[in-house]
Amino acid sequence: MADKQEILSRHPRSEDRLLAILHDLQEASPDNSLTRDDLALVADHLELPLSRVHDAVTFYSMFSLRPRGRHLIRVCDSPHCHLEGAWSVMQELKRQLGIGEGETTEDGLFTLELSSCLGVCGVAPVMMVDEEMVGNLTPDRLRQVIDRYREGQ
Amino acid sequence: MRRLDVLVCSGTACVSSGSTEVKESLAQALADSDLRSEVRILETGCMGPCELGPVMMIYPEGTFYVKVSPDDVQEIVEEHFLKGRPVRRLLWEGVAPALKEVPFFARQHKLVLANCGIINPERIEEYIARGGYEALARAVSEMSPEQVISEVSASGLRGRGGAGFPAGKKWELMRNANGSPKYIVCNADEGDPGAFMDRAVLEGDPHAVIEGMAVAAYAVGAQRGFVYVRAEYPLAISRLEEAVGQARRMGLLGDSILETDFSFDIELRMGAGAFVCGEETALIASIEGKRGEPRPRPPFPTESGLWGCPTMINNVETLACVRHVVVGGADKFASVGTETSKGTKVFALAGQIRNTGLVEVPMGISLRELVMEVGGGVPEGRNLKAVQIGGPSGGCLPEKLLDVPVDYESLGEHGAIMGSGGVIVLDDTACMVNVAKFFLEFTADESCGKCVPCRVGTSTMLDILSRIVAGQGTEADVPRLKELAESIKMGSLCGLGQTAPNPVLSTLRYFPEEYEAHIADRACPAGVCPDLVHYLVLVDQCRACDRCRQVCPTGAAQGAPGTPPYHIEDELCIRCGACVEACPFDAIIVKPGRKG
Repeated sequence: MADKQEILSRHPRSEDRLLAILHDLQEASPDNSLTRDDLALVADHLELPLSRVHDAVTFYSMFSLRPRGRHLIRVCDSPHCHLEGAWSVMQELKRQLGIGEGETTEDGLFTLELSSCLGVCGVAPVMMVDEEMVGNLTPDRLRQVIDRYREGQ
Repeated sequence: MRRLDVLVCSGTACVSSGSTEVKESLAQALADSDLRSEVRILETGCMGPCELGPVMMIYPEGTFYVKVSPDDVQEIVEEHFLKGRPVRRLLWEGVAPALKEVPFFARQHKLVLANCGIINPERIEEYIARGGYEALARAVSEMSPEQVISEVSASGLRGRGGAGFPAGKKWELMRNANGSPKYIVCNADEGDPGAFMDRAVLEGDPHAVIEGMAVAAYAVGAQRGFVYVRAEYPLAISRLEEAVGQARRMGLLGDSILETDFSFDIELRMGAGAFVCGEETALIASIEGKRGEPRPRPPFPTESGLWGCPTMINNVETLACVRHVVVGGADKFASVGTETSKGTKVFALAGQIRNTGLVEVPMGISLRELVMEVGGGVPEGRNLKAVQIGGPSGGCLPEKLLDVPVDYESLGEHGAIMGSGGVIVLDDTACMVNVAKFFLEFTADESCGKCVPCRVGTSTMLDILSRIVAGQGTEADVPRLKELAESIKMGSLCGLGQTAPNPVLSTLRYFPEEYEAHIADRACPAGVCPDLVHYLVLVDQCRACDRCRQVCPTGAAQGAPGTPPYHIEDELCIRCGACVEACPFDAIIVKPGRKG
């Protein structure tokens, strides 16, 4: 809780800080998500109705009210990646992780999502693991990256 | 004594293909060979040809190495740095030692990307050494705000975000707007799939954007600016944050800039994954911390924007042009381009093309030059079918229209748009119905839901297209699609809805026969749509090598090793294409139409 207060205190009590606060709270959470309590805290901090905070959280696709894995794998699903085989990448990831899109592995390590264009089309197909961009994906490369994250980088 | 500079591209694309490892092994190799005082490693922003990454450039002679791996580093050091012999196998197509001789670079005209791949974006000194902040200095010390605006107007610069509104006109509206304070916003919510020029500029030359904003702020009388960046661009965000800090420390942002009474500062705001926030009124709502939903215009943001105050929104690329207008003068800027489209435009080339990546060309260049010369054309053995330009709001132009000049008006006339500059080249393996469906999936998904025609209409169109590609289309579908397209265009508040039907309309206009084949013949001519093709083993070519059976994930490829021919069990086949790729004898083909 102390951490959350610290995060809040970094931001002025101004409505336009809402998204930034939500990003920070979500990033600091162990399961890449926001809780109802978080929303209430933020509403309190910014003196906004809870419904306003909820409204924003549910509008933006990067915020989640469902617990997610420690690492977010976001496979780019834009046309170029699509043409270069994003679908197969997704199938391969599902196979390697044993989960479907939007699901989290049992050990709580990974959540698999699709993303809009990540803007690195030259190395399609691409995925982003947390903030790391990984391009030119092949089944082998997927395995290496996933192993690396499994071993704690 | 230093004799060589090695510029290692550290744009996102090169980093993702391993440039950091290359840089580290290079540093190690230089230390091992005792060359650290002679060869300097510099990290730069995007150099352009992302597919060939990691790339590096070696100065002074300008040797350009592509697809460098850590294993190549030792050879580069020994052969090139010690013996002065470039490593030929790492050169672009193994030939050109100097960049000027590569058509990809020779045909380009770099203004916006002039510093990308040349300077270290994390050092303001390098930006200044290349003439950076001269425009700001000149504007605040020698020019009145009105003079700056008239220069921008005279240059003919138009908004690079898509719509092409004249920048000078917008600045003038803003200057004359009543109300205070005034805000300026840099729209870096680059969401168009396939477009990544804004990311490259922010990562490779962030100060150009900051300077453009500062000049704009001076001209229109704003003291506070925001950069709204999408959260998918962490590297761009960190480079920009760093750059803003440096500019503040040097007195180029903050109070009394360059010891004048002009004060201006910039804050960053991060999006959270909503495409519609690239639309200016939605963007404003998002900066204010609200749902990013568009609202009707007028009032335009220059009258009532952030917190009801006059707000001017310019795109990244537009702002990066500003310094060239101020320093080089309007005439020089306007000497490039066409009558109505001045200057250069950055395009992101992607798809079935030899040179993918980021290129900057004069406006008015033909699509053919852009794709065939700069882009190197489609890979050998393929045929160009169409060029998709302008992203999900754009259209597909067929091969026969390749001579259309790339400017705002010409593209619009033919059902495409300049958009943000994404270009996807499609060859004969692309199904146009599927391409249209793909883009519509995107817009249907990203529709914020406020306007019913956009929310319901795009989904309905998508349902129809899904039926068509599944082989359940009817003759009534095409007229229905056209009718829906018109309603969505007319009944939507913002650009997302107004342009969402474009990919469908342009493919209907130029490739009606493909829709016809899907609907009437239940066949996908390009062999893409799984429900409208079947896999066939060519009896004469099959050698019963068993490869197909080994790779088939569903057991559809069947046969006994050594006893040709094999066959594909249609009921089991999921059309993944693994067998086609695995067959060493090209004995498996995808045939349009259903089996039997």
